[in-house]
Amino acid sequence: MTTTIHDARAQGEQTQITQEPPGPDAGAYDEMPVPNMSMDSGELVFDIKGLGVSYGDFRAVRDVDFPIRSNEITAMIGPSGCGKSTVLRCLNRMNDLIDTARVEGLVEYHGVDLYHPSVDPVAVRRRIGMVFQKPNPFPKSIFDNVAFGPRVGGVRSGLDDIVEQSLRKAALWDEVKDRLKDSAFGLSGGQQQRLCIARALAVDPEVLLMDEPCSALDPIATTHIEDLMQDLKAEYSIVIVTHNMQQAARVSDRTAFFTTEKDADSVRPTGVMVECDRTEMIFSTPVDERTENYVTGRFG
Amino acid sequence: MPATANLSPDDLQTAPRRVRKERTVRTVLALAASVSVLISVLLVFSLLREAWVFIVGIDWASTWTDGWFPRRGQYDVRTLVVATMITTGIAMAVAGPIGLSAAIYLSEYASTKLRAVVKPVLEILAGIPSVVLGFFALFFIAPELVGRLNEDATAGSLAAAGIGVGLLTIPLVASVSEDAMKAVPIDLREAAAGLGARKAAIAAKVVLPAAISGVVASFIVATARAIGETMVVFIAGGAADSAGYTHSPFEGSLTMTAAMASLASGTDQVKGEGYTFQSLFFVGLLLFIITFVLNIAADRFVRRVREQY
Amino acid sequence: MVPSPHLSSVSMGDRRTPERIDAELRRRRSDLGGLVFRTVLQVGLILALLVLCVLLVDVVRDGWSVLSTRLGDFLSGTLRSRSVDEQLGVHQGLVGSFWIAVFTAVLAFPIGIGAAIYLEEFAPRNRITRFVDLNIRNLAGVPSVVYGLLGLFLFVSGLKWFTGGKTLLSAGLTLAILVLPIVIITASEAIRAVPDSLREGAYGVGATRWEVVRNLVLPYAAPGILTGTLLAMSRAIGEAAPLILVGAVTGRLGSDPGFLDLGALTERFVAMPIVITEWTQNSGRDIGFAAAAAAAIVVLLAFVLTLNSAAILLRNRFEKRRR
Repeated sequence: MTTTIHDARAQGEQTQITQEPPGPDAGAYDEMPVPNMSMDSGELVFDIKGLGVSYGDFRAVRDVDFPIRSNEITAMIGPSGCGKSTVLRCLNRMNDLIDTARVEGLVEYHGVDLYHPSVDPVAVRRRIGMVFQKPNPFPKSIFDNVAFGPRVGGVRSGLDDIVEQSLRKAALWDEVKDRLKDSAFGLSGGQQQRLCIARALAVDPEVLLMDEPCSALDPIATTHIEDLMQDLKAEYSIVIVTHNMQQAARVSDRTAFFTTEKDADSVRPTGVMVECDRTEMIFSTPVDERTENYVTGRFG
Repeated sequence: MPATANLSPDDLQTAPRRVRKERTVRTVLALAASVSVLISVLLVFSLLREAWVFIVGIDWASTWTDGWFPRRGQYDVRTLVVATMITTGIAMAVAGPIGLSAAIYLSEYASTKLRAVVKPVLEILAGIPSVVLGFFALFFIAPELVGRLNEDATAGSLAAAGIGVGLLTIPLVASVSEDAMKAVPIDLREAAAGLGARKAAIAAKVVLPAAISGVVASFIVATARAIGETMVVFIAGGAADSAGYTHSPFEGSLTMTAAMASLASGTDQVKGEGYTFQSLFFVGLLLFIITFVLNIAADRFVRRVREQY
Repeated sequence: MVPSPHLSSVSMGDRRTPERIDAELRRRRSDLGGLVFRTVLQVGLILALLVLCVLLVDVVRDGWSVLSTRLGDFLSGTLRSRSVDEQLGVHQGLVGSFWIAVFTAVLAFPIGIGAAIYLEEFAPRNRITRFVDLNIRNLAGVPSVVYGLLGLFLFVSGLKWFTGGKTLLSAGLTLAILVLPIVIITASEAIRAVPDSLREGAYGVGATRWEVVRNLVLPYAAPGILTGTLLAMSRAIGEAAPLILVGAVTGRLGSDPGFLDLGALTERFVAMPIVITEWTQNSGRDIGFAAAAAAAIVVLLAFVLTLNSAAILLRNRFEKRRR
């Protein structure tokens, strides 16, 4: 079991080794050194308690409980259909856009109930940005793509700097600095996805949500994005949904494993969260048998 | 943005200016949408109000006379309805086969290039104003076609008008049917071809039955359109202000629509004897109900197409 | 292998020889039924297209005497004369149709597009919205002459203090109402065609609903919306029945206002389709009117076909451009 993970790990750039307990994370807000493998490093950004989502009659996911800590990459893994994307979209209230969606439970963002009636979802999305599975640049120039967020937010001057900074952070600046006025569609898939990342960063969020950001990209582009994520971790908290178990193992600090269960009262299986822990624990000594089956490739 | 220790809901708000703008825009747009409802209400109200005066006021014997002579107080609706049925029947007899044939050919036989040329032409044809077809019906169809068929036919006749309306409706039948057939997934065609069926068999026995809901919808819509058509009959239908009862297509008469137009024109006064003005709305109400029912029926069929695929 | 008595007379063993296979594959089984079917279809298609050609040829031919000899006079002439003379012309008809087009653009387009935006982007998906949708689709199917009745009741009679009765204003308002459902339906379709991924990207960076619509949805849907408005305008200037109902003049019309004369709005009026109707019917008295009617048709068709062609071409280009 360890061997498989070890191989996967060896391809990534993680310095952690499976056998030893990890030291404190690279977060900027370390409060105390963490001697054991508990979940205490980094400040709490999200606290998800008892989250469940239904679309009309269909219960998509239930009983989700896990924290998101700052300056970490938290991955959500599991087979398809277990509600990972649904949960991700709860974190920035994107599910509001679907008429039939109902959310229950508690999503706390720095102590605030994100679904409190007086919270404005538009403001939420400025702080919690999102990158989607298939790159979706606007039919505008590269510059206008990145400047869109700040512009609607009321920023009138200093856009040039914001755009350049965002593109630099997304590791795209050097490739596009001479053609900012060109259409975004002229970029390759990997570049478009980095543009989408730059676009999300331009509004200066705290958190970056990424819904299978590499699944539509080729392996080289994927590597670029994964490297980028490691760099961004220093400034942002990242939550990623991925189908690619090895990617989660390579990239993330914390992993939440999801699966499906067939409830008696529903037709389709409902997603549930099985366990969440530091990545090396999930992949080496998971608590639940289902997790172990998944990460060792016995199913999924 | 640095992570703050704890927030309150007040921190997660958008600038009031943006919120206000959003709210204003939303209200304005909602008002625009409600205009459509207002129009419906006014339409039904206007029809019912005046038609009601007619219904309660007239002597119902006057609706079974030997003809539609409104200014004389004879409101034989039967004349109008029969004339409408004749015209519409002829129109569908023309538009149905021609439109459907064109649709099947375009959908199943025509090359992409041919479709790319013919479809726009058909759509442009659909935009020809009906007065033009009226002119054509009177000066070309009546003498050349109807006159040859039956030499006793009057200069304007229901047949000439019917053919004119039919020509007008061909593009409608063709485009809706063609859309329905194109919506049939290619898998079905391939399955049939794989069994050794030829194009004619595939078209007739696989595609057409699969698309039947859409084709029926196109016919219903076309019928409703033909019933609602005014100007072709007004110009070439062979009757001016009033019409005696006839069920021969080779004579002139007034359809419901043409009767309304005649009533409103000619003597520049809609007012006539007694209930002349209200009879206009009465016929209009009948027309509205008939086309309303047909359009609902067509809508059901179109929805069935959407559900299938 | 013993051939089964239920199979055809040719057993499987016989059919396996190379010669047999070759013959079977090459044999052109005469498919008479299919050929007849296909020919019938082709005839149908040709007839459908032939109509257009014959129509145009006939009309141009009939109107040629007028168009070729005195086009300018024709365009500036009026309905004042009762006979086919040098003064007969379509100027008043053009003015009327011009204003009807203006009313369509000024009233039906903003309201129609606004309604479409609301219904597609803002309205919750509940029964009320579905009802409004159904209502609009029904309105689109109401015969034009019935809209004339509404115009008669509401604008000519009801709001007579405002419109002045049987005036161009009443006509413009009536036709704007008539084409409103068309504008809403085509604009809705264009908006619906905008991919959701585009919207998500914008919502994701914290844009409000209107900001998403204004900056992304509308620009993307603009060609489709424009197509719809062109078709609606073409329909508006081609309608005659509602105009008859709201009192378009048939016969002599004394006043001959200019195109931008606002006073014309509260006066009696004509429009191109009415002029055509009138002259067609007058040709019983004087066959010259037939030529005049045909010439007027050519003028009207010039506008209508241009608008329609522009709309169709625009839509085809737009569909090709979208990946």
